[in-house]
Amino acid sequence: MAHINLAQDVPGIRSLVMYRPDTGKPLYELAQILLREDSPLSQAERELIATYVSSRNDCTFCTSSHAAAARYLYKDEAQTVDLVLDDYQNSPISDKLKALLTIAGNVQKDARTVSEENVALARSFGATDRDIHDTVLIAATFCMFNRYVDGLATLTPTDADTYAMMGERMGTLGYIPPKL
Amino acid sequence: MAHINLENDLPGIRGLMAFRPTTAHPLNILAETLLRSDEGLTKGERELIATFVSALNDCFFCQNIHGAVAQYYATEDENLVQKVKADYQNAPISDKMKSLLSIAKNVQQGGKFVNKDQIEKAKKEGASDIEIHDTVLIAAAFCMFNRYVDGLGTFAPNAPEMYQERAKNIAEKTGYANSNPK
Repeated sequence: MAHINLAQDVPGIRSLVMYRPDTGKPLYELAQILLREDSPLSQAERELIATYVSSRNDCTFCTSSHAAAARYLYKDEAQTVDLVLDDYQNSPISDKLKALLTIAGNVQKDARTVSEENVALARSFGATDRDIHDTVLIAATFCMFNRYVDGLATLTPTDADTYAMMGERMGTLGYIPPKL
Repeated sequence: MAHINLENDLPGIRGLMAFRPTTAHPLNILAETLLRSDEGLTKGERELIATFVSALNDCFFCQNIHGAVAQYYATEDENLVQKVKADYQNAPISDKMKSLLSIAKNVQQGGKFVNKDQIEKAKKEGASDIEIHDTVLIAAAFCMFNRYVDGLGTFAPNAPEMYQERAKNIAEKTGYANSNPK
């Protein structure tokens, strides 16, 4: 049961956006810009950062749904997502993305721990200012979404099929606020 | 020195917003909607929650600018913000606000730390669903803003009058939706 009176049977962030659409609108716009629109990082890489941070925040709804979106976008390499969540340093992703995930992990823990060394390492593998900016803001944004979704105890589906469907919708349609 | 070349020398989130106006837009609309309303919670109470969470995250820029806005509204006590930051349970605020700040404190630790007893207590002190919702989202949003500002190593001047002047401008003129980072 959610902590406040939300629409029944509507999971996670959608129930909150339906509850207060005027805050929901900029939240969905932010997700759409960060995860779908212009960035030097691919959509799959950005979903992976979102998933990794949500996993570190122990947010089941956001981890499962963004993992599903990342799997959908990674296509034939969908298993990358689970390998990253298990141990990103030994997963089949680029050194640049590993360095960016380290930065994202520090943002999640305590943003002041993002060090010059973290940033220099990412740059040595080719990360640009925009790569670093987008990584930090995606990580920070999911520290918000995760807390919003869990802080109000929203409904969290438990079956994999529901998330797979969500992931496909997120991978194709992107982030569109629910119709009321 | 910020971790990236912002191509400007603006402090805190202002430098980031000038660097990337595309994401600044929804961020400002979110801040405007959450902080600049007196429906349910007052503007002063909303800014106080933002300041309290920013202080827990030890974000110098955010706690100073939002602390200055919160203090601008707290006309009855010139040290209110300081008292809340030091010991909110014994600060001169309502029992409802104390119960909402305790929820905000747990949101700062992680969403799952918010428990049913806290919610019940807030409701008993008169908090409505929308007030609890706004408290959680303000706390969550500042866990984002604080990380954005500190994660990119932005600079924050140690000049109380700069924050006070900017706060007065936000409160009286620009709000957040129409504020120019420069």
